[in-house]
Amino acid sequence: MNAVVQAKAESHRHLLSGNEAVARAAWEAGVRVAAAYPGTPATEILENIALYPDIYSEWSVNEKVAVEVAIGASLAGSRALAAMKHVGMNVASDAFMTQSLAGVVGGLVIVVADDVGLSSSQNEQDSRYWGRFGHMPILEPADSQEAYEMVKRAFDLSEEHEVPVIVRMTTRVCHVKAMVEFNGERTEHRAAGFQKNPQRWVMTPANAKPRLPIMHERDRKFRELSETIDLNAVFPGGDRRIGFVTSGPAFMHVRETFPSAPVLKLGFSCPPPLDKVRAFAGQVDILVVVEETESLLETEIRAAGVAVRGKDILPHFGELAPSVLRPALKPLLGEPYEIPKRSQADVFPRPPTMCASCPHLGPYFALSHIRNLNIIGDIGCYTLGAGHPWNALDTCTCMGASLSMAHGMDKGRGASDEKKHIVAVIGDSTFLHMGMQGLLNMIYNRGNVTVLLLDNRSVGMTGGQENPGTGEDLHGLPAPRVDFAKLVEALGVRPERIRMVDPYELPTMVKLVREEIKMEEPSVIITNRPCSLTDRFERLQPYTVIDDQCTGCGNCIDLGCPAIFVARRETVTAKNGKSKELTFARIDANACTGCHMCVETCAPAAIVQPQNRVIRIQPHD
Amino acid sequence: MIDRVTNILVVGIGGQGVMTAAEMLARTALSQGYDVKKTEVAGMAQRGGVVSSHVRFGSKVYSPQIDPGEADLLIGFEAAESLRWLPHLRPTGVAMVNTLRIAPPVVSAGLYDYPDNPIGDLAAAGIEVHAFDAGAIAGQLGNSKLVNTIMLGAISDYLPFPAGVLKASIIEGFRAYKPKLADINAQAFDAGREAGHVKAMTTHRSAA
Repeated sequence: MNAVVQAKAESHRHLLSGNEAVARAAWEAGVRVAAAYPGTPATEILENIALYPDIYSEWSVNEKVAVEVAIGASLAGSRALAAMKHVGMNVASDAFMTQSLAGVVGGLVIVVADDVGLSSSQNEQDSRYWGRFGHMPILEPADSQEAYEMVKRAFDLSEEHEVPVIVRMTTRVCHVKAMVEFNGERTEHRAAGFQKNPQRWVMTPANAKPRLPIMHERDRKFRELSETIDLNAVFPGGDRRIGFVTSGPAFMHVRETFPSAPVLKLGFSCPPPLDKVRAFAGQVDILVVVEETESLLETEIRAAGVAVRGKDILPHFGELAPSVLRPALKPLLGEPYEIPKRSQADVFPRPPTMCASCPHLGPYFALSHIRNLNIIGDIGCYTLGAGHPWNALDTCTCMGASLSMAHGMDKGRGASDEKKHIVAVIGDSTFLHMGMQGLLNMIYNRGNVTVLLLDNRSVGMTGGQENPGTGEDLHGLPAPRVDFAKLVEALGVRPERIRMVDPYELPTMVKLVREEIKMEEPSVIITNRPCSLTDRFERLQPYTVIDDQCTGCGNCIDLGCPAIFVARRETVTAKNGKSKELTFARIDANACTGCHMCVETCAPAAIVQPQNRVIRIQPHD
Repeated sequence: MIDRVTNILVVGIGGQGVMTAAEMLARTALSQGYDVKKTEVAGMAQRGGVVSSHVRFGSKVYSPQIDPGEADLLIGFEAAESLRWLPHLRPTGVAMVNTLRIAPPVVSAGLYDYPDNPIGDLAAAGIEVHAFDAGAIAGQLGNSKLVNTIMLGAISDYLPFPAGVLKASIIEGFRAYKPKLADINAQAFDAGREAGHVKAMTTHRSAA
């Protein structure tokens, strides 16, 4: 078992990521139920909670389900936690926007991780809005130690005020490892069991209406609490030319950059302590709000009549690292700041790419070789299909959007789409998260889209987590496995139009897509090879290129496998007199995992396994 | 223990062990009583992308990020990646570079060029560069996975704590979890330490 899980209170000073610190705090706080859907940078919260046997934990099928599971547990009196990335909050919001009105029983904490700087997300959004929108307090840890402490505080606040509490993290808290000192063991919180009370828990208009004044009274109490709570504290400083109001990891950047400036740090940032801010403003020459990412506190402080600077001099997006703060704020002090001179090295980009043996290579090889397609994509590793060399993905918006957007594009065809075929590409976990509703809708409304359901039996992009399609749960234990063919048939796809295919069999893959796009009804093509980064993938003997048999056609390069490299290029004159560029290939034996996909592209049979042994791996059933 | 914050930037590409090396440095610094922060952006690192890990330690560390021009030590697991992060080094900084060259598909496909002489470009920038083929040393020792320990050995004499402290903490880890690999890693550490002493020639042909 993991060292942190075994650690006793007396062993101190652990190097923990923010996500690991949240897990430890949840365990100490007596959490009994925790649920999440994987998403960077929040994924490791549940992965670490899963190491504590005292907590029931699960991968839920999406974030709304995760929050609802946590709500149910809370109503039974258990302390419960749901974790998600920022875009997951959009999905979950239907649940918590009403539950914050009804309230909670067992402490209910929603940990949300904003991907400030978009390391692995489709947008950058500021989850602190949800606290204002949903009348829920927000705690904002600045590092792992604070994440540990604030999660515990959040449970106490949630129970005391009967409200879900949001702990807002960012990538720079989730994924930073820092020193954490523990000071507790697990405190059990016994669940009394669900107490029936329809006026409280059945949110009909008649029951919801009386809750509104209660919710607003709760807001008033929180405004008072915000003025006195120790999480909102002034860090004195001798240089009063600028005073900072800040929250989350931006606090660390401010202290790093302006070590002698006074700082009002808001750990309990929603609702903000406006009187405290006003008093602080009176002690400094200029008040500057440093917040990631939107001008939320700044707007609220200005509305309270306090003069403040913020996004007029600081960026509205991205991390406010010292390298950003210095050039923006030094001029305010009359200290012109020059960015250190060292010319930016001119080095090629190294964009993320699909892996050797990735089962998505086959479908993208097919899509990149078929013309007249509009390819509507989704969230997952297959989004990389938009890149080189496939250039075979035309949109990516949000979880599950491929099917519904494709349906809409079919119905709303414009002049240039007349001869186009509409294709949707979605993975197994994304389909189960939010995609199947789109398919149901398409069937019901007589749409015509060819769907590629790329089942690689994992949530690939976040590191190979389990889902209802993998046959295992969060703990790696056997779990019922959804049958995708039966599922899509039940949603109304005709059995003739459900095509199972081994994505490594390139000719079949190409042929199937060509056939199905011609159909005047929805089709679903389901692939069946596991993600090559998971244990389900079996690595085989690498292939090699026989140099004097390679004709330089470059077909295998088009596959986009990162194990295949250009050995050399030659320009030759073809029989018709035109010059032609030949691309000779070589295979990196360390990277090749022996999937044989490239063999299918090689007419002269120049790609072989040493000893010419041909092994075919069995696809999963 | 020194108060001043030491900034170490470890760079390479996904799967090379960048994060493991950074973790080792961070844990060792923690064991020496330092406040430590370690951060990396590696959202899609497993997909062959750029990986950088920042390790900062001192009496008190606030921001986890190393600013451009602030790194004391750059540990590069790949030649062009080391060049990419050159602007993060202090003018007085030291770069410890594995001369391994890994071209991504966009270079292999001819869309971009791999720099001719990244080590020379680093040296031409006026910083202290130490470069050697860690893979070759690992090959001589019979295990390509030793590169990580070799690189840590190579920088062990440029840290604010004795090389022996880092070595002990690495070997202790192997004794606990993979005892069969402890001796060979001790050898790898020493070989790396020796290789790290040799400075790259600054008279290489320059960036031009």
